[in-house]
Amino acid sequence: MGGYGVYVWPSYAVTFVLLALEVLMIIKRKRAISNRADPGASELETSELETGLSH
Amino acid sequence: MSKSRINWYKYAAPVNFYPLAGKMLPWFSGLAIVLFAVGLYLSFFVAPVDFQQGHSYRIIFIHVPAAWMGMFLYVLLAIYAGIGWAFNARLGSMMATAIAPTGAIFTFISLVTGSLWGKPAWGVYWVWDARMTSTLILMFLYIGFISLQSSIDDTRRADRAGAVLALVGVINVPIIYFSVQWWNTLHQGATIRIANKPTMAPTMLAAMLVLTAACWIYSIAITLARVRCIILERESEAPWLAESAVSA
Repeated sequence: MGGYGVYVWPSYAVTFVLLALEVLMIIKRKRAISNRADPGASELETSELETGLSH
Repeated sequence: MSKSRINWYKYAAPVNFYPLAGKMLPWFSGLAIVLFAVGLYLSFFVAPVDFQQGHSYRIIFIHVPAAWMGMFLYVLLAIYAGIGWAFNARLGSMMATAIAPTGAIFTFISLVTGSLWGKPAWGVYWVWDARMTSTLILMFLYIGFISLQSSIDDTRRADRAGAVLALVGVINVPIIYFSVQWWNTLHQGATIRIANKPTMAPTMLAAMLVLTAACWIYSIAITLARVRCIILERESEAPWLAESAVSA
């Protein structure tokens, strides 16, 4: 990076670490909701939730 | 015999938007990954070295998309919050709440990457010029919105209070955009304008636009995922969830 690596690499690192953390937090939040709703279920999606109302 | 009317507001109901968001989510997630991969390849392997700034200019490929996203997402947040408030549309308020953390993250990224670029370019990590100060205010507005909503127990009151803050704060976005024209700032002026030819090399512009698209698609994907969580949390007492197999 021509001596500028100390600026360039942390910029990209901060960006992708934060975006990855955001994704992980969403996954964690979804799991917490699933566990609260039904501790025995591993996945929240059911046919009722994913079809909505027909009208 | 009358034709059945199209229900344009069908997806304004959380019960219908939830599965729609679920169907869209994998496509936007996959597209975001592809765009990030292509954008990063263009940024590091195709875009040439800048004759003045050397490799330090490559921060632009992250800094500018993040800054744009911070501003765009705030405007979008204000629009959704306004719709939720004006029309008492729960999903509008939910979308505003879903957008806020992503907008805050992008604004933070633009501040940090801008700082890291400022040191080699200007010799300083930070100055209190118009653009940087107004972007910092945008950061505070996002934090304020999230904190305000979190501090009010009643969801509908929280949505209304957040909407007021969002709508008042949206004036900051044009201030950020036009700050480089209105004031003498250290921050450079706009390189890309709608009416004028861009002053960047085509390969550099291509990399920046691809990464901008990547950030947009990522934001859509993450907002869809988050709003699905919010719908489940807020609508837990609603019949469509209470009657489902996984409700408490």
